[in-house]
Parts: sequence; C-alpha cells; structure tokens
Amino acid sequence: MFPSLRRRQTVDADPLLADLREALSPKRVRNDGAERSLMNRDASIFTDGVSGPVCLPETTAEVQAIMRIAVRHDRNVVPRGAGTGLAGGAIPLGAPIVVSLKRMSAIIDVDFDNRIAWVEPGVINLDLSKHLIPLGFHFAPDPSSQSVCTIGGNVANNSGGPHCLAQGMTDAHVVAIEVVLPDGEVVMLGGLDAEPEGLDLRGAFIGGEGTLGITTRTAVRITPNPPAVKTLLLSYPTIEDAARTVSEVIGAGIVPAAMEVMDQNATRAIEDFVSAGYPTDAGAVLLAEVEGLAAGVEIDADAIAEIGRANNATEVRAAGSDEERDLLWKGRKGAFGAIANIAPDYYLHDTVVPRAVLADVIVRINEIAARHDVLIMNVFHAGDGNLHPLLVFDAREEGKLESVKMAGDEILHVSLEAGGVLSGEHGIGVEKQRFMGELFTDDDLEHQNRLRRAFDPDCRSNPGKVMPEGHSCADIQALRSVPAEVWG
Amino acid sequence: MSTLAIHDKVLAEFANQVGDEGSVAVVGGRTRWDSGGPLDPDVRTLEAPTGIIAYQPAEMTVHVRAGTPVADFHRELAEHRQHSPLPERGGTVGGAVAVGENGIDVLGRGRVRDAALQIRYVSAEGRLVTGGGPTVKNVSGYNLPKLLVGSLGTLGLFGDVVLRTNPIPPAQVWLEGVDIDPWKVFDCLLDPSAVLWDGTSTWVHLGGHGPDVAEEVAALNRQGSFVEVEGPPSLPSHRRSLTPAQLREPPTDAGPFVAEIGVGILHTTAPGETAGQAPGVVALARRIKNQFDPLGRLNPGRVPGVGA
Repeated sequence: MFPSLRRRQTVDADPLLADLREALSPKRVRNDGAERSLMNRDASIFTDGVSGPVCLPETTAEVQAIMRIAVRHDRNVVPRGAGTGLAGGAIPLGAPIVVSLKRMSAIIDVDFDNRIAWVEPGVINLDLSKHLIPLGFHFAPDPSSQSVCTIGGNVANNSGGPHCLAQGMTDAHVVAIEVVLPDGEVVMLGGLDAEPEGLDLRGAFIGGEGTLGITTRTAVRITPNPPAVKTLLLSYPTIEDAARTVSEVIGAGIVPAAMEVMDQNATRAIEDFVSAGYPTDAGAVLLAEVEGLAAGVEIDADAIAEIGRANNATEVRAAGSDEERDLLWKGRKGAFGAIANIAPDYYLHDTVVPRAVLADVIVRINEIAARHDVLIMNVFHAGDGNLHPLLVFDAREEGKLESVKMAGDEILHVSLEAGGVLSGEHGIGVEKQRFMGELFTDDDLEHQNRLRRAFDPDCRSNPGKVMPEGHSCADIQALRSVPAEVWG
Repeated sequence: MSTLAIHDKVLAEFANQVGDEGSVAVVGGRTRWDSGGPLDPDVRTLEAPTGIIAYQPAEMTVHVRAGTPVADFHRELAEHRQHSPLPERGGTVGGAVAVGENGIDVLGRGRVRDAALQIRYVSAEGRLVTGGGPTVKNVSGYNLPKLLVGSLGTLGLFGDVVLRTNPIPPAQVWLEGVDIDPWKVFDCLLDPSAVLWDGTSTWVHLGGHGPDVAEEVAALNRQGSFVEVEGPPSLPSHRRSLTPAQLREPPTDAGPFVAEIGVGILHTTAPGETAGQAPGVVALARRIKNQFDPLGRLNPGRVPGVGA
C-alpha cells in the first residue's frame, strides 16, 4: 500500500549506494569489505587497488544506469572481467564503482551467414570456442588465460595468444561493439557490414584498457576450423638456435599458425608440473603449429623441420595424435602455473622486438637476469617477436622484489633499444605508464590523450591507467588514496 | 631517449610544408578524391614524400612514405614474393591508408586497417606525431593507427606508414563458373582469396601451395563447372558496404553489380544512399575531430562516412 515508504526503509544511508541498488537490485550491489577487497587486485603484482561498491549488472540498460549514477555522484568506474590482466589494468584506483561484467555471459547468437557471433562481455574466451567448434568454427584469439579470461577483457586489452601469429589479435576478430560511454550514452561502434562508414571508432576503442567506456555486447568473427593441423616440437642446444629458426621460417615466407619458444628452465618446470612430453635436456624447444589443407600443412611442416635442422635442432617430432598435440599445448599454456613449484612469486614481462633480433635480445635478457641473480624462464610468442620473460622469485627474500623490478626495467630498455615496443598483449595498465615517454614523444602522447578526452572528457572510466603522470586522467597521486567523503 | 624520435629530414620538410596555418590537404592519385564529400575550394594542396624507407622482407614489414604510388610499392614487394592489403587501383600508399578501402582480395590479403602498424603524420598544429609502433604486435597505448586508417586526412596528414606485408602464395588461379550458387561456393572453400558474383557468374580467386589450390579447385568443380580465367571481372565504379548476408538479395536499385561474397562489398553502377550513422556515433566522431583539428585545417569539407 505504501511502496515508497517500504522502499525507503531498505534504502542505504549512502546516497550513491541507494541509487545503485535502486537501479540494479540490493543483492547485486555489494559493499561489504570482503567483497570489495576481492576486487582490489588483478593477476598483476600491483597491490594498491581500492575498490568502491561492486556492481553486477545483467543488461546494457543496467550498465548505462550505473554510468549515469556515477556521473551524477561524480564517481569513477572501472569495468572488470575475470581480473586476469597482468599490467594492473583492472585494479581500482581511488575507490571507483567496480562494474563486474561476469553476469553478462550469454552467447546471444551465432550468425553463420555473416560469420559472426554476438556475445556478452562476460563470456569466457574458451567457452565461446567450445560452443563454436562443434559448429565448425572457433574464436581465433587464444590468450594463455583463455579458460578464465572474458571476451570483454580481450576487447579491452586487444588480447593476443599463440595463434595470433597467423590470425591477428582481438581487433582483427571484432566487427562491432556496443559500448556504454563514460557519459552514459550507448553507442554501437563498427558494424556487420564490410566497411562501416565513418572513423573506425571500433578499432580505436579496442585496447583502450577500459578507459574509453564499457563493452556490453560484441560481434566477433568466427573462424572455420582447419581440416588439418600439425604440431611440431623441435629441440635445440640453445635458445638462440630456436630464435634463429623462427626468424628464418618467417623469412622463407611461411606464416605458421603459431611458433612458441621455451627455454630449459621453462621446460623443466613444466615437465615437473604436467608431463607435457618436453625434452628436459634440451636448451630450448620450439613449438610450431601449421594448419590448413592437408597437403599444404605437410609442405610447411617439412620446410620448418628443415630450417630447424639447419639451425642445430637435435630432434624434430610431430605430435602423433590429438591427445599428444593437446598435451604439448597444455604444457605451453600451463607454464605460468608450473612456476608455483619453484618459487611463490613471479613477474611476467611482455615486450615485442623485431623478429630478426630475437636471438640477440634473449641473450641480453638472460645476462640481465644473471646480473640481478633472478631466476628467469623464457616462454614466448616467438613468431611475433613477443617476449615473455618470467622472473621467478620469493618476495620474502630481502631485496628480491627490488632486484626483480630493476631487472624488469632493464629488459624493457633492451627491448626498446632493439627497436621494440612496450607491450605486445598485456597492455600498459599501471605497469608501464612510466615508460611511455621512452617510446613516445610528448606530441605522440598528447595525441593519445586527445583520443582519450574525446571518449571520456571527465576521466570517469578507469582513471590512472595507460597515460603517464602529467597527462590526461593520470593523476595517480590523487587516486592512490580514497577520497575523504567515501566510506572506507 | 625516444626510440621513435624523428630524425627524418624528408618528414621534417613535409611538416614545414603543412605548417600551422591555413587549410591544407594532401593530393595522392585522386582515385578516391571525392570520398567524404567535396574538398572546400581554395584549400592549399601538397604532395606527400615518396619512397621506401626500410623494407625487411624477413620481418614482413615495410616502412614506406605516403606519397609512394601503390603500383611502385607493390612492384618492390613482389621482388621478394610479398604483397600488402592495399588495393590495386592506382593511387598512393598514403591515399589508400587514408581512404581505408580493402581490395577485392581482402579474404586472402587481409584488411588495410589490420596492416597499418605505425603512421607518422603531421598534426593540425604542424607537429610530427607517431601513432602505433613498427612491430607486428603492439598494445603500447592507444591505437592511433586504427583511428587514422579511413580518416581521409581529417585528423592528420600522413608522412609515412609501417605496413605489415604478406607472402604471395606460391600458386594462384582465377576461375569462373556460371549459374552456380556463390554461397555454396564460399562455404565449400577453406580459404578463398575472393569469391565474386554478378548474379550469373561466380569468380573465385585461390592462392596457396599448389596441391592445396588443386584440392580447392576439385571442391569447386563438385559445385559446378569452373574454367580458369585471366582475372576478376571489371568492376562497376561505385561501392556499397553491406553485410555478407545482405548480398543474398542485392538492392533492386543496384543495377548491374559485382558482389564480394563473404565480405559484403557490392560494386554497383548506380551510387547508393549510405545508411547514416547513429547520432551518438556522429557526436563522438565530432569530438574526435575537435580534439585533433579544432580549427578544421585538415581536408576541410571532408567527413569520413559521408558518401562521394
């Protein structure tokens, strides 16, 4: 009889929470300390996130409502997928509203005529491919975290993965994105047609690390499953031999589906962990996969084997069955889990260098690790020149974390000196902001700011990320502490 | 130290020519000169610098100045059995990137926007700016190259670009068949470079290792009788962007057409109306233009997305 009175009795004292709970439902706006603290971190080493209320929207309209409430209360928002990011892109700075997209996890439609699938942002990458494979298709980007990471996160980070070598990164596989802009407007960027008119705002949005708005629905390309796949394991005395093979394969005009290199530290750790069938006496192994029609697969596989042998490969072995192939990939993708057997902490780096200088850069990276007395494992997307040095350590050891960070900085400088870039697939987040000025001039950064400002003039969406201090939305000092008027 | 610090005299000279005052546009081959609407009269025009700066075939990347003719550029790549997604219709590299149209072999060669790794351009303030980076994989900051491809020179005037190249397949063939369902053709092939259809004939471009091409040809001939031809049909002069599914029933006002099956481009004799962009998207694009070129110096009169 008196609905407004009854409702008022359940309303929170905090006006922001009251509005959020009104827009969603009380149980989908979490504000207890335990729930919020779960959002304070992602898979990176950064620990200074402070979450505000955690919202669990189920529709685009609810995300829009959250954004409008954020505008009204002048609060920031940070979108969150599975929290598997490695550059700190999802950690909440300054107690923003955390918008968890995990309840928006429907595969809405698979459209075979247009060879796309409409998905919500919370769909797990591997779940999408599992859904598509029996239908004759798959989603090509396959980050190592694919069994937990989400499509929304892939869009935010322009994620890669081993099979991006031939197929391209996430942005090559996304045709349209529904976005809630930081002012609350809902727009569709891109489209299903061949060349959507106007500026490519879809392309500009992808890889924006959640600073340009929140993805609520995405049309992704679906890729036909290849009829034939061949996975080769090549063993080498040294990692330089493996890296040189990779450069020469590309130079021979062969673009395999994937080319991954692992050094001996990595293969030994993996073998102890999953028994993937890697030789532990080899200095390095190269995992090369070719796919397509059967005859061409054999031609390319033979050519890769020949180049491998010419570069001192001691063994070239082809996976004899799907099970063996799956095991080889399980080892590669489980590499970062394997290190738990060695030390409690790790710092996974991510830089890209021209493929031709891979071997030289690896040698220098190993020298850096030795100088800082840090155990290093190299597991990387060699075909793209995308290095992933993994620094393994125990943070409880005095001074170790500092050594690791110094080694990390030096690795980055070596990569830049070799003509490389800061990140191949993890993004900038908070990890590499301070290096942006080493890759880009002030004018370059100002133009990146312009893109950011056009989408988000008030720095509402995921502030404190990507751009270095002194640039748009990067006032990190202010974001490190919680505003006084905000509950703790 | 910036690894991308610009010590390029040619580029610096181009920036000087652009200057920081008055409206200005770059002329390429004029092959798509009316894209985005007519340029305002009395706009000062310039040509972009020419030549290949660095080409490393083993890296599958090439750094090329914007004024380089696409034909010359592709001739150089072909010497190393490579090509790029830039369409083969004359014009310059910078023009092709600024327009952003794909060629009819887009399924085989890839999209222009996916190939543009780095663009160095002159801003409305006459400053040299680098977007993106030279490596094949890069998520260092915001993706300015994506924003610039197809921007018709309205956000910056391109000096040079780093493009990803592709190997030219060892075997290639064009085939034509008559009265064969083009969708069945498209579905029976794993990896065609192009499937074109004019309502009667279907043309297919295949590329790959010889035995793979032979297998695809055999699959085609199970759909109907295909004969080898010199190349694609001549294309009507107008292009429309549709969804692949919309090609099943081409618009009745299209006149004689050639459809890119599996892609969605419809080449027509009659110009089509554009669908128009949603107001929110138009507003966002306007904010971007205002950020990059608040005084409207660059290519005034042109708006990406507005038909010729």
